[in-house]
Amino acid sequence: MLSAPAARPGVWANAGAAAHFVGDTLTIAEADWRKLRHDPVELLVRAVQPALWLVVFGQVFGRIRDIPTGAISYRDFLTPGVLAQSGLFVAIFYGISAIWERDLGVLQKYMASPVSRVALVLGKGLSAGVRGVSQGVIVFLLSIFLRVDLRFELGAMVGVLAAIVLASAVFATLSLIVSCLVKTRERMMGIGQVLTMPLFFASNAIYPVDLMPGWLRVISAINPLTYQVDALRSLMIVGGTSVHGLGIDFAVLAGFLALFVAIGSRLYPSLVA
Amino acid sequence: MSNGMSMAPAIDTTRLTRHFGALVAVDALTIAVPASTIFGLLGPNGAGKSTTIKMLTTLLAPTSGSAHVAGADIVRDAPRVRERIGYVPQMLSADGELSGYENLLISAKLHHVVSAERQTRIEQALAFMGLTEAASALVRTYSGGMIRRLEIAQAMLHRPAVLFLDEPTVGLDPVARRVVQDHIREVRRESGTTVVMTTHDMDEADELCDTLAIMHHGRVSATGSPASLKATVGSEATLDDVFIHFSGGTLDEGGGYRDVVRTRRTARRLG
Ligand SMILES: Nc1ncnc2c1ncn2[C@@H]1O[C@H](COP(=O)(O)OP(=O)(O)O)[C@@H](O)[C@H]1O
Ligand SMILES: [Mg+2]
Repeated sequence: MLSAPAARPGVWANAGAAAHFVGDTLTIAEADWRKLRHDPVELLVRAVQPALWLVVFGQVFGRIRDIPTGAISYRDFLTPGVLAQSGLFVAIFYGISAIWERDLGVLQKYMASPVSRVALVLGKGLSAGVRGVSQGVIVFLLSIFLRVDLRFELGAMVGVLAAIVLASAVFATLSLIVSCLVKTRERMMGIGQVLTMPLFFASNAIYPVDLMPGWLRVISAINPLTYQVDALRSLMIVGGTSVHGLGIDFAVLAGFLALFVAIGSRLYPSLVA
Repeated sequence: MSNGMSMAPAIDTTRLTRHFGALVAVDALTIAVPASTIFGLLGPNGAGKSTTIKMLTTLLAPTSGSAHVAGADIVRDAPRVRERIGYVPQMLSADGELSGYENLLISAKLHHVVSAERQTRIEQALAFMGLTEAASALVRTYSGGMIRRLEIAQAMLHRPAVLFLDEPTVGLDPVARRVVQDHIREVRRESGTTVVMTTHDMDEADELCDTLAIMHHGRVSATGSPASLKATVGSEATLDDVFIHFSGGTLDEGGGYRDVVRTRRTARRLG
């Protein structure tokens, strides 16, 4: 089974570091994707909450005529917000799985492998993106059923996927950073809960920013969720518009991701020390 | 081994030291591990064995001192060290939510085994470890011994020069322990890989290891082959006597609450 260690045949000795980086990032995400495939029930359970938001909250608040949602109905306005929220609620607890992997020793093995720390963190972000997309598909199907006025154009749908992947990665890497600082699952659970509500309510997910008091608008303007929802609204909904413009939305999300990956890859090794 | 390379030690450390606050977990450790041997770090809970392994596998930075593993400096050349080692942590670290095959596949990819080689190596590894039948079952259904064998297979897929095993048989029943020990011997025999393992089991150290370093409170109190260590203490000595002689205590001594809890937790998972 085993040959002489000195020769090390079959190992990419000279292949580009870039190829390794991309391959490693995809492999980290692949591990997560395979787990998801073994346990698809988890996805269905997670679909309950967005369904309640759309059906119950959407129905009730849809009756308030005063919510200024522009050319679109409140239900159509709400749908991208609920989609974004369902991804947020998954991604923001991603740090718990990082700590779990540390407690199991899985992370120690990853850290002792040749995979770069940046690829490890980005791979986790991408895993969250995959989960976010699975959630998104469910919300999408749900909104077809609820007769939301969806855009069925290929380009726009690709944009929706990109926004979901990017934003999920942003929140997952943020969560990873926090988990490196707090180091226990229990604390991470608490902090995840503390983070989700402000991220959700200080955003444009369920009401327009115009309705907010000034201080809340400031928070909303530095909240990645706002930019995700802004992009989704124009990409998902017929007649939906982006307040900031898609360029800004994606640039802000990409900027947050770069920042969080840079910080996360510095902190991640401290989890196993 | 006939080439000159393997004559150089696979590992050498110079006054390798790690503090945790006021605690000196590893204290000026200086050892040399000849290539293609099985080297045992022997000591009670809390002696500093895992901390040593973590430094040598680049997971933990030393406070002071230096070390080379497979020709690379663990601090300045950490990425190179990681390419050349395999590591099985003290906890059972195979991913329970994945199958045995998937665990191997992910390991092979992360260690950059080329895709043309991957399937063959995985199949060989499964056969070698007696896990072919169980390959597609989720690892959480495996026994402790099966998980350990899988983990050793994972750590060997990329043919590392040095394999680190932290308490590979802790918590296993006697039969599973024997099987894992046989596989460790086989790995070394077939690949010439240098094996560095920790244990607090005298019999295991005696049977498996070519060279031992007895650790106590972060220091090495004696090194040598099991036979020479026994000879030092007395003609009738067992390795237990050697241990008591060099650590001034018994195995149950030493190690704080934290270590005991950790060992129990591992033992529970192994169940
Ligand atoms: N991350 C850590 N922080 C603080 N103390 C630690 C840490 N890791 C290990 N220690 C302490 O260092 C000592 C050596 O631990 P360790 O290397 O795990 O021992 P062994 O593996 O020989 O049982 C113990 O007293 C342990 O409590
Ligand atoms: Mg230990």
